[in-house]
Amino acid sequence: MSQFVDRRLSGKNRSAVNRQRFLRRFQGQIRKAVSDAVSGRGVADLERGEKISIPARDLNEPVFRHGPGGRRSIVHAGNREFVGGDRVERPESGEGWGGGASPEGEGLDEFVFELSEEEFMNYFFEDLALPDLVKKQLSAVPEVKRVRAGYTSDGSPSSLHVVRSLKQAIGRRLAMASGPQEALREAEAALAELEAQGLGASPEAEALRAEIEALEARIAAVPFLDTWDLRFAYRVNQPRPASQAVMFCIMDVSGSMDEARKDIAKRFFMLLYLFLTRSYERIDLVFIRHHTVAKEVDEDDFFGSRETGGTVVSSALALMDEIVRARYPSALWNIYAAQASDGDNWEDDSPRCRDLLLNAILPRVQHYAYVEIQAEHPQSLWREYEYVKSVNPRFAMQRILGLEDIYPVFRELFRKKAAA
Amino acid sequence: MMEEYPLKARRHLSEGSEWTFELLRLYDRELARVAAHYGLDTYPNQIEVITSEQMIDAYSSVGMPVGYHHWSFGKQFMATRKSYRRGQMGLAYEIVINSNPCIAYLMEENTMTMQALVIAHACYGHNSFFKGNYLFRTWTDADGILDYLVFARNFVAECEERHGEEAVEAVLDSCHALMNHGVDRYKRPARLSLAKEQARQREREDYLQSQVNLLWRTLPPKEAAGAQKADRRLPPEPQENLLYFIEKNAPRLEPWQREVVRIARKIAQYFYPQRQTQVMNEGWATFWHYTLLNHLYEEGRLSDGFMMEFLQSHTNVVHQPPYYGRGYGGINPYALGFAMFRDLRRICESPTEEDRRWFPEVAGSDWVQTLDFVMRNFKDESFIAQYLSPRLIRELKLFVVLDDDLEDELEITAIHDEAGYRAVRQALAEQYDLGRREPNIQVWSADVFGDRSLTLRHYQHDRRPLEEASTAEMLRHVARLWGYTVRIESVDEAGRVEPLEECRL
Repeated sequence: MSQFVDRRLSGKNRSAVNRQRFLRRFQGQIRKAVSDAVSGRGVADLERGEKISIPARDLNEPVFRHGPGGRRSIVHAGNREFVGGDRVERPESGEGWGGGASPEGEGLDEFVFELSEEEFMNYFFEDLALPDLVKKQLSAVPEVKRVRAGYTSDGSPSSLHVVRSLKQAIGRRLAMASGPQEALREAEAALAELEAQGLGASPEAEALRAEIEALEARIAAVPFLDTWDLRFAYRVNQPRPASQAVMFCIMDVSGSMDEARKDIAKRFFMLLYLFLTRSYERIDLVFIRHHTVAKEVDEDDFFGSRETGGTVVSSALALMDEIVRARYPSALWNIYAAQASDGDNWEDDSPRCRDLLLNAILPRVQHYAYVEIQAEHPQSLWREYEYVKSVNPRFAMQRILGLEDIYPVFRELFRKKAAA
Repeated sequence: MMEEYPLKARRHLSEGSEWTFELLRLYDRELARVAAHYGLDTYPNQIEVITSEQMIDAYSSVGMPVGYHHWSFGKQFMATRKSYRRGQMGLAYEIVINSNPCIAYLMEENTMTMQALVIAHACYGHNSFFKGNYLFRTWTDADGILDYLVFARNFVAECEERHGEEAVEAVLDSCHALMNHGVDRYKRPARLSLAKEQARQREREDYLQSQVNLLWRTLPPKEAAGAQKADRRLPPEPQENLLYFIEKNAPRLEPWQREVVRIARKIAQYFYPQRQTQVMNEGWATFWHYTLLNHLYEEGRLSDGFMMEFLQSHTNVVHQPPYYGRGYGGINPYALGFAMFRDLRRICESPTEEDRRWFPEVAGSDWVQTLDFVMRNFKDESFIAQYLSPRLIRELKLFVVLDDDLEDELEITAIHDEAGYRAVRQALAEQYDLGRREPNIQVWSADVFGDRSLTLRHYQHDRRPLEEASTAEMLRHVARLWGYTVRIESVDEAGRVEPLEECRL
C-alpha cells in the first residue's frame, strides 16, 4: 500500500531561485557587508566565500503580535521550590526562564549566512572594471574568426560543398524519378506478360513500348546535378574576444623598500591579478624587479629576495619595453602594468622614465598603474609621473600609506570610466 | 488479524544500520501490519527518499512540496542549511505532507533505525491524524492540495512574467504578513479543485472587479445616497478574516493581485489546523512510533541494538527540561503530547482512584477506542482542558506564573497540588488557544463614502497591548493592499476605543 520513490537524483536546487530572490532583495546590505569583509581580510585569501551577516530586524517578516504589558499567565515545567501564592522578582530581560511564552522565539540579532566564493567575488568586483577594456573590445578593429554555421543554398564557388551538394542531388533524383520508375516497372511487367502470352506484336504491346520509351526518356531527363542541389558551406564572423592579457609587475627592490612596503605592493599586485582573472581567459604574469639594473624574475624571487643599492627606474621600463616588443605584440595581447615603488629614483633618471613611458610603453598598454608606497614626500619621479598622467589617460597613480588603503586606491585607479 | 510468530521462528527484521529499499519495504509492511492491528486509519503512503540538501529545500518551503518563489523561502533555506551544517538540527524528523497520498520524506543519510522511526512516526502517526482529526477533515482537502499548489505556483509565475517579480513580491510580502489573519475560524472553506480553480479564476477576476467597481463608484445614485449612507456599513459586521475582506473589497487591487491574495489566504487556511494541533499531532505521532516499534520489539522482530538507538533518539525528542535548566524554551509540545497520550492509555488500562474521580468516563475503557475518539474530536486547547490529568501535572511539575504589569513581582498562582490542578490545566489550555495567543484584530469599517480609509480594531484581552514596532510595519502592509489610509484602534475590555496607529497613503 505504501509506495517508495527514490528522489535523490532529481534536482537538488529547488531553493536556488528563492536564494537569488533573497540576495537580490537585500543586495544593499550584502554589498556593504562584502566591502566590510574585504577590508578585514588578507588579499591572499580573497577568493573564498564569506559569512555575511545582516541585522535580523531588516529581514523580519512582521506579524501582529502582543507587546510586553498586560496580564498573562504562563505555565512552566519543573517546579522545585515554589508553592502557590509565592511572589518572585520579575526577571531582568523579557519573560525570563527561556522566554517561555513565545514558542516561535525571536532568535538572534544577526542573520548570518554563507555567500559562495563566486557570489562573493561578483559583489566584490561589481562596480569595478578595467578602464580601457571595454573600449578596446568595441572600438578597435574587431578580431573575428570565421566559423562554420551549417550550409546555405547560396554562396561563392570556392565554398561549394561537394558532398553536401551530391547528397542533395541524390535525394532530388530519387524524388523526381520515383514516379516514372514505378510506372516503368508496371509497364515492363505488363509488356513481359503480353510477350509471354505471345501477343508481343499486338497494338497494346506497341502502346506499352511507346510508353516505356517515353518513361525512360523522362527518367533520363532528370539531371544528375541541378543548381537547386548546390550547397555551400556557410561561415559566419564570430567576434573573438581579446581574451588574453599580460600583466607586468614592476617593483623597486632597492634597500629603501622594506618588508612592510613589499607586503603592500604584493597585495596590490594580487588584487590586480585577481581582477584580471575576471576579464580574461588567460593571463601571463611578468615580474620585473629593479634597483640600479632590472631583471625579469619568477614570483618567488620577486617578492622574496632583497637587494641593496640605488635605484634606476628607467632600467625596468626599458626592460619591459623590450619584453613587450619581443613576446607580447599589442595586437594580440591586452597589456597591463603595475609599478610599485617608494618613490626613490636617481634625480636625472626620472625624465628618462617619463619619455620611455610616453613614447614607448603607454601607446602599447591598456593601462599603467603606479603606486607609491609610504613615500615621505613627493620626489622627482612623482613629479615627472604627474606630468605623464596629465597628458595620457591610460596612466594612473596613487599613494598608499597602509594596508587599509589598498582597496580604496585600487578602486580609484580602476574606477569605471563611464562614471568618471 | 495479527499473525502470531512462534518463538522459534522469531527473527530480527535486520541487523546493522544500513538501509536498502528492500528493508524499507519490509519495515513498512511490518509497521502497516501493526498499525492495522491498532486500527490506525491512514491515507496511502508515498515515501520519498531524498538527500539532506533536498530535505533542507523541503523544510524551507514550509513543507509545501510545490511552492511559488519568494525570498522568504530563500532566507529560510539559508538559515536551515546553516544550522544543519553546524549539527544543530538532526533533520531526522520528518516532513510529512497532509495530502492524499500522504507524502513523507526519508533522508538517505539516516540509519535503518531512524528510517523505521520516521516511517512509524510520519506515515502511520501523522498520516492517521491528518485523516482522522476533525480540524483537518473540515479545513483541509488532502485530495486537492497538491493540485492547488501547482495552480498557485503557475499563477504566481505567470504574474511575475506579466507584472514583474518585484510587483508580485510586494503583494506576497504583505499577504504573508497577514496570513495569520487570513483564516475563517468558524466557517468551513470550500473544497479545492485545480480544474475548477482555473476555470473560475478568470470569471472571478471579472466579477470581483465589477463588484469592487460598483462598491466604490464615486457617484452614488442621488436620491438613495442619504438612505444608503446610514445602512451601508462595510463590513456589516466586524470581519476577522483580513485577507478575505481585502480580496473582496480592496478598492485598488488589480484582478491578479486579488488572486494572489486569495492564494495566500487558501494556503493560510490549509496550514491553520496544523497550528491548532501542534501538541496533539506531534504527541499522537510520537505515541504511535513508540507503541508500534515497541510492539515489533515484543514480537522479537527488532534487535536490542535497534531499540537502543531508537530509544535514545526518542528520549531526546520527548525531553522536557525544567524551567531552570539549560535549553529551556517553554513546554516541549512533543513531550507534552506524548506524555498525555501515554497517560490516557494508562488511565484506561490501570486507573487509580484519583483517575476515576477525574475521568469517570475514560477510566477503565478500551484505550484504543478512547485514543481514537480523542484524536478525532479535539484540538490542543480542548485536548489539554479535557485530558491533562493531575498525575501528569505532578510528573511534569507544572506551575503557573502570573505576570501582571500592574504588580512589581511575578506571582506563582498555582502549582501541582490539589488546589492548583484545575488552574494549571486551564492556564495551559489557554496557552494553546490561538485566539488568545495571537492578537484579535478585526476589520471594523471602511469609509465607503468618505476618504476610503480602512479602520481595524484590536480587541484587547487581559490588557495585553500590540507591540508598537511590528504594528506600524503591519499597517504599512495592510495599506499597501488596501490602497488608502489604514488606521488601527484598540478596544479595551471595558469597551473604550483608543486610536493606536495610522498609516497614511
